[in-house]
Amino acid sequence: MPEFLGPFLEVLIGGLLAGILYSLVALGFVLIFKASGVFNFAQGAMVLFAALALVRSIEVLQSWGVNAGLAIVIGFLFSGALMVALAFAVERMVLRPLVNQEGIILFMATIGITFFIDGFGQQIFGSDAYQLDIGIPKESIFLLEGVFEGGILVNELDLWAGATAGLLVLGLALFFQKTRIGRALRAVADDHQAAQSVGIPLNHIWVIVWAVAGIVALVAGTIWGSKLGVQFSIAQIALKALPVLILGGFTSVPGAIIGGLIIGAGEKLAEVYIGLPYFDGGIENWFAYMLALVFLLIRPQGLFGERIIERI
Amino acid sequence: MVAMQAVPQAAAPLLAVNGIEVIYNHVILVLKGVSLTVPEGGVVAVLGANGAGKTTTLKAISRLLKAERGEVTKGSVEYRGERIEAASPSDLVRRGLIQVMEGRHCFGHLTIEENLLTGAYTRRDGQGQVAADLDKVYAYFPRLKERRRAQAGYTSGGEQQMCAIGRALMSNPRMILLDEPSMGLAPQLVEEIFEIVHRLNREAGVSFLVAEQNTNMALRYASFGYILENGRIVMDGPADSLRENSDVKEFYLGLGEGGRQSFRDVKHYRRRKRWLA
Ligand SMILES: Nc1ncnc2c1ncn2[C@@H]1O[C@H](COP(=O)(O)OP(=O)(O)OP(=O)(O)O)[C@@H](O)[C@H]1O
Ligand SMILES: [Mg+2]
Repeated sequence: MPEFLGPFLEVLIGGLLAGILYSLVALGFVLIFKASGVFNFAQGAMVLFAALALVRSIEVLQSWGVNAGLAIVIGFLFSGALMVALAFAVERMVLRPLVNQEGIILFMATIGITFFIDGFGQQIFGSDAYQLDIGIPKESIFLLEGVFEGGILVNELDLWAGATAGLLVLGLALFFQKTRIGRALRAVADDHQAAQSVGIPLNHIWVIVWAVAGIVALVAGTIWGSKLGVQFSIAQIALKALPVLILGGFTSVPGAIIGGLIIGAGEKLAEVYIGLPYFDGGIENWFAYMLALVFLLIRPQGLFGERIIERI
Repeated sequence: MVAMQAVPQAAAPLLAVNGIEVIYNHVILVLKGVSLTVPEGGVVAVLGANGAGKTTTLKAISRLLKAERGEVTKGSVEYRGERIEAASPSDLVRRGLIQVMEGRHCFGHLTIEENLLTGAYTRRDGQGQVAADLDKVYAYFPRLKERRRAQAGYTSGGEQQMCAIGRALMSNPRMILLDEPSMGLAPQLVEEIFEIVHRLNREAGVSFLVAEQNTNMALRYASFGYILENGRIVMDGPADSLRENSDVKEFYLGLGEGGRQSFRDVKHYRRRKRWLA
C-alpha cells in the first residue's frame, strides 16, 4: 500500500462527509427552484432558523424538567412544525400575491424573507452560539487500521451525518418517484400550466415543496449545529450551496448531491495539497467559488443540468 | 344560406357561455362578447383562423386564463347550471370539466404512464378505480400501452396527443375542452384522434368542445359549430349545414374562389342580436 494513500483517503473522506451538508442545503434550493421557478435565497437562513428553533426548544424543555430524550423528540416535532408553518406563511404572504411575476421579483422577495427570518429567528431564539447535543457520539475513530498504518481518522459524528443525509435523500427519492404527490411535484416542475390543467393546485404544491425544503434545512441545521454549534455563521456556510448549484445544475437532485460531494472533497484536498504547501493555507474558503466559476465557463448548465428535451 | 336552426338546447345545456369579454394584461381586449352552448352528450366545434380567440375562449371556460394574466370582464359561464367564473381549474376538474391544451403539453420527463396518472390527481375514489380507468385508457389508445414506460418527451407528436387526451380521461371527465388536437399531425393520425373522440362521446358519454383550424375534420365529427373571427362569433349552425355553406366553403374549407377576405365583407351572413350586445 503506497504511503501517501492513507492520509489522502483521510482528507478525502473528511471532505466528502463535509460535502454532504452542502448537498443538503443545495437540495433545498433545487426542490424549490424546480417546483416554483423561484431561486430561494433564504435556504441558508432557513437552516439557521430551524437549528435555532431546535436547540432553544430543547433547552427550554429541559429547563422545565423534561428529560433529555423526550425534550429532543419534542424539540424536533416543534421545529419541524415551525418549518411547515413557515412554508404556509411564505405561500400565503409572498408567493400567492406575486404569482405570475418575473423570476427576479420573486428572487428579491426571497432576499426579503432571508433577512426577515434571520432577524426574527434571532429575536425570538436569541443570537448567541448554542451547543446542540442530541446524543450523537462525537468520538474520533480509526478505520481500516489493518490496511493503513495508523488507520484512517474519521469523526463518528460525520459518519452519522453521512448516514442521515443518505437516508433523507433516499426517502425523498422514493417520495418523488412513488407517491401521488411526488408525481404531481415533478409534473409541476415540468410544465406548471399543464399541471394546473389536470387539476393540480399550484398553491398546495408550493406549500409542500417549501415544507420539504424546510425539513431538509432542519436536518442540515441539526448536523451542522451538532458539529459547530448553532450560531449565525451557519447561514453563511450555507451559501457554499451556491457553488454546489453551479456545479450540479439548478434543476438536478443528483446534481445537488454529487456537486456537494465534489465541493466538499475538492476544497479539503485543495487545502491540504495546494493551500498548505504553497499559500500558508486558507484557500478552503474561496476554492469552491473559484472551482464553480471555472466550471461555469466550461459547462453553464451544470454537471447534471436537466437535459432539455427538444422535439417537435 | 341555411336558416339558423334551433340551437340544440332542450333541457339546460351542459355548458353555456353568455357574452363573455376577455381582456389580457388589463388592456388587450381579445374576446368581444362570445356566446355558445354545448348540450349534454354533444360534440361542438369552435372554428376560426389564427388568433381568432379559440384558445382564449376555452381557457376562459377552464379558468386557465388567470395564469396568462387574462380576465373575463363581462358575461358569464355556466356549467351544469352553475356559474363557474370564480372557480379554480382544479375545482372544475373535480367537477368533470377538463381542458386538453393546445400543443399537448405532456410532462416531458415523466413516463407516459406517469403522465396518465397525474390526470387522476383530483380523484378520491381509490386506487382500484384509477387502475381500472388506466386500463380503459389503454384500451382506447393501445399505442400508449406499448409506450407506457417511455419518457413522454421522447414520444412522437401523435403519441403525445393521445397521452394528453388519455391524461384528461383519467380525471373521469364529463366534458373535455379539446384545443387543436390536429395541430402538426399527419392527416391519418388526425382522423384516428377524431375517431377516438367520436367513440368517447358515444361510448363514455363525454361531451366535447373542440377548437380547430382543421374545419373540414372538425365539422365531420361535430354536430354543431361556431365560427370565431376577431373575438366575435360570426356564424353558427349544425355542422352539416355549415359544411354546405358557401362562405364557410370559401374561407375555411378552401373550396371557393378567392376575392373576399373575411366574413366582414360578406353582406348576407347573419349575426344574432345577442352577439351585437
Ligand atoms: N397571454 C396573452 N396575452 C396577450 N394577448 C394574448 C395572450 N394570449 C393570446 N393573446 C392574443 O389573443 C388573440 C387570440 O388568441 P388565441 O390564442 O385565443 O387565438 P386562437 O384562435 O387560439 O389562435 P390559434 O389558432 O393560433 O391557436 C391573439 O391576437 C393573441 O395575440
Ligand atoms: Mg389556439
